[in-house]
Amino acid sequence: MTEPVLQVRGVSKSFGALTANEDVSLDLRPGEIHALIGPNGAGKSTLIAAISGALTPDAGTVHLAGRDLTGLDMAARARAGLGRTFQISALAMEMSVLQNATLGALGGQAFRLFRPVMRDAGLRQVAQSALARVGLQGHARTRTADLSHGQRRQLEVAIALTLAPRAFLMDEPMAGLGLEGTARMTGLLDALRVEAPILLVEHDMDAVFRLADRISVLVYGRIIATGTPAEIRQNPDVRRAYLGEEASP
Amino acid sequence: MRRETLLNAAILAGFLALPLWAWMADEPFIITLTTRAAILALAGVGLNLALGLGGLVSLGHAAFFGIGGYAMGVLAFHAQTYTPLTEAPFLIEGTKSMPVIWLVALITSALAALVIGALSLRTSGVYFIMITLAFGQMFYFFMISWPAYGGEDGMSIYLRNGFPGLNTLDPIQFYALCFVLLAGALWLVSRIQHSAFGLALAAARQSPMRVTSVGIRPRSLHLLAFTLSGAITGLAGALFADLNRFVSPTMFSWQTSGEIMVFVILGGVGRLLGPVLGAAIFIAMEHWLDGVSDYWHIYLGAILLGMVLFARGGLIGLIAGREVAHD
Repeated sequence: MTEPVLQVRGVSKSFGALTANEDVSLDLRPGEIHALIGPNGAGKSTLIAAISGALTPDAGTVHLAGRDLTGLDMAARARAGLGRTFQISALAMEMSVLQNATLGALGGQAFRLFRPVMRDAGLRQVAQSALARVGLQGHARTRTADLSHGQRRQLEVAIALTLAPRAFLMDEPMAGLGLEGTARMTGLLDALRVEAPILLVEHDMDAVFRLADRISVLVYGRIIATGTPAEIRQNPDVRRAYLGEEASP
Repeated sequence: MRRETLLNAAILAGFLALPLWAWMADEPFIITLTTRAAILALAGVGLNLALGLGGLVSLGHAAFFGIGGYAMGVLAFHAQTYTPLTEAPFLIEGTKSMPVIWLVALITSALAALVIGALSLRTSGVYFIMITLAFGQMFYFFMISWPAYGGEDGMSIYLRNGFPGLNTLDPIQFYALCFVLLAGALWLVSRIQHSAFGLALAAARQSPMRVTSVGIRPRSLHLLAFTLSGAITGLAGALFADLNRFVSPTMFSWQTSGEIMVFVILGGVGRLLGPVLGAAIFIAMEHWLDGVSDYWHIYLGAILLGMVLFARGGLIGLIAGREVAHD
């Protein structure tokens, strides 16, 4: 049995009387795409925030490659190897695509004040190969604001790649993409899992069932089922949750 | 990019040619005026590092300008009265040496910026503006109520401080010093702008989340930028005091902070030579329009309004176009 890369154990988080996550545990194994699905308000965003370090859970731990991340902030977790993409693109819009990628290639080492960063061959190599990987090699000099929505999503993935992460944490990478964009992103993620496993939060069920090795279903802050796509498809609890019959006994 | 480089060269050439002409035509007043512009430009270059690159709208940079000024004032005051600053735990004497004064001005204003930054950067947006303003005002009222160094009346320093090998009382020689420091600061800021730090700082302005998610803490970037920014403005304060041979709490006033910000906005926020052009135009207007009307600020206000509404890149942006992303 292989050791999981990312281990989330017993994460709970309440906001006042509202319980967003209750005793959530999940694993991300080497080479897999593990999808996290659930209806709106199920607590997916809270869980992502707790894993990435954006908020502190009331209880629970997060381990990445055996290292305890609990108590570290977002920047430290990124340096520890958590490559993240956002639901709404977070990019430096006035900069070139290559500059955005170079930012990731810095690996968190930003306190160098004299050497021209864009002339650093090592950084350029990392940035350009990440851009090539997502198919943006022709756009290195383009201003990021001039990219299409789909290209921005690809750039997000490229920046995450420059970190050479141990695990990816992707929050709805398909959001707002058309058919073609979704197909391209699906192909990209499919190939990416061999580099580092992906914890994927996604609303596009077609993509989820095509890509995921395992799926966890979050409902009312709890994971009600984890399993292969086939198992999840047949799980009566999941069907009930998605058909909106939770209220009935 | 090309056009901005040309424009930058033209601005610097102007800063060399005008005083040179004035020197040959024996117009010392013009030299003094240009010196004033160069020193205020240096203060603006400092602010531009925080405001332009970092996006930190500080309305408290007068604090650093004033600290630099008083670093000069206090050291020179003790030197001219032959009294030591302190005798315990060890003797510290005043000095009339510019390099020492500059060093003290740089260090004290950097330390002040570090402390003020560490406290202020916990906030952002309008709260950051207000808290930096509050710190500036604290220094202002503190200086007013400190009688040892002149209180409200300030202090006169009878002789300009010395620089080894130069006669600083000769306007053109003092100007040369100021210009070299301005050029040095511009070179430094340009290096920073193109460094890894500059890249991360600019990215943090545009998307803090992006920077965090690649493992860099925006607040550390901001604190360093703010500290360097305060140090440069502090150096300008020391020069300004030396130019006037006078320091007073006015240097700490919020109007001073506002004026420094006007240079930056007028010339172009985040553009390397923006504050230099802004300060030059401000000083030119102050000189010529003051003769036309006592209320010349109304013209400045109108120009500033037009600038903010129609030319977000300031004068540099107007002439050289939008900033181009460096490949």
